[in-house]
Amino acid sequence: MSYIAILLTYVFINNFILAKFLGLCPFIGVSKNSESAIGMGLAVTFVTGTASVVCWCIYHFLLVPFALEYLKTLSFILIIAALVQLVEMVLRKMSPALYKALGIYLPLITTNCAVLGIAIINIDNAYNVLESFVAGIAAGLGFTMSIILMSNIREKLDLQPVRQHFLSVPIAFISAGIMALGFMAFDNSLLTNLHLA
Amino acid sequence: MNILVAFIVLAVLGGILGVGLSIASKKLAVVKDQRLEQLEAMMPGANCGGCGFAGCAAYAEAVFKGIAQPGLCSPGGQSLTDRMSAVMGVKAATVEKMVAYVFCKGSCSKTTRDFEYMGLEDCNAASILFKGEGSCKYGCLHLGSCIAVCNDDAISRDSDGQITVDPEKCIGCGKCTRICPNGVIRLIPYNAKYVVSCNSHDNGARVRKVCEAGCIGCRICETKFPQSGFKVQDFLAMTDFKADILEQEKAAQSCPRKIITELRR
Repeated sequence: MSYIAILLTYVFINNFILAKFLGLCPFIGVSKNSESAIGMGLAVTFVTGTASVVCWCIYHFLLVPFALEYLKTLSFILIIAALVQLVEMVLRKMSPALYKALGIYLPLITTNCAVLGIAIINIDNAYNVLESFVAGIAAGLGFTMSIILMSNIREKLDLQPVRQHFLSVPIAFISAGIMALGFMAFDNSLLTNLHLA
Repeated sequence: MNILVAFIVLAVLGGILGVGLSIASKKLAVVKDQRLEQLEAMMPGANCGGCGFAGCAAYAEAVFKGIAQPGLCSPGGQSLTDRMSAVMGVKAATVEKMVAYVFCKGSCSKTTRDFEYMGLEDCNAASILFKGEGSCKYGCLHLGSCIAVCNDDAISRDSDGQITVDPEKCIGCGKCTRICPNGVIRLIPYNAKYVVSCNSHDNGARVRKVCEAGCIGCRICETKFPQSGFKVQDFLAMTDFKADILEQEKAAQSCPRKIITELRR
């Protein structure tokens, strides 16, 4: 599979939010305004990208030699948790404003299934290290794209008359559902038509 | 043998990550101003939001930056105001302790009902339907949304639906005052002696018809005891908590509805 095909797959065809339904918690939680949505998207992209590479290395250089492949879920969670802690510390030092805006959702990346999801998908698809990295970045970019689209929709929704009982989160879920329906238009025929498959 | 290898590999991995993180946390430590740390440490930690900020830490930071004054924290009271002012090097303001009070004595047996409400046990839900089942549209709805929102277990309801606030447990955060759809529950000074326990702006005849307890706006307290500070506006006597206590006591005794309540602290 070429790198462009991997990129298209995880941004559009297997978009983590809208097709795989992974990582919905920050998707709904941090999409109230576009500024923090962009911050969250980039933080997730960074974590998925680095986690993909680190998890690939751990799997192939530590677990495979000792025949411990069955420990991949456990050790990946360990690595992702440590990685997110590190990102949190760096952010707190470098950009307190972004750190505040992300709030509780930054530690929540730890338990974000999107990050663990891409690490395991990389192994299951037998990607090499560079393909894993591209897949990780692409998954993060797909997440970023959908959370930015969502935040723009929600900013518009704030100005619209919405029934009291649908205000905020319920109307966001309905919008997300309609968006997911739209994304069903992307499937593997996209790769075939572009002669990438 | 296999399990030993698994154990060792994971233990080494965890150990390396742990050591790495602890080094990183030392290197990337954020230096906080000592005064801000002191302020944060002295906050009550109730995170009630009564000050108007997102929580205790947010209020401490606002005081530190000079956006807010010390003295907005109701649970902390005077002693916290003094200590915060000392840290910030400003003169401490005097704060009056406020507690929540229910301005309605119309329990279920004392009031009439227009219909029977069988929906959610929630005042705001009941209020959507013709402002509740009670004939008095200003009074307590008896469903206890204030009890649910209170973090300090200060509000209780007796078998007749009468809601009371325990002034000793109340920290004055004002959450109940915001959840109540009728605004029946409001903050009054902890030291208040007499208060008109009614919220109804209906005219006297209507109040008599629907409630055994409510204020009918007869103006006896206002005209006979002008020093008592009670003022009738729109058929409801309002309380001035700074007025003469002795006059207020006399007014309370002469009230035909006995709705001017004496508060025993």
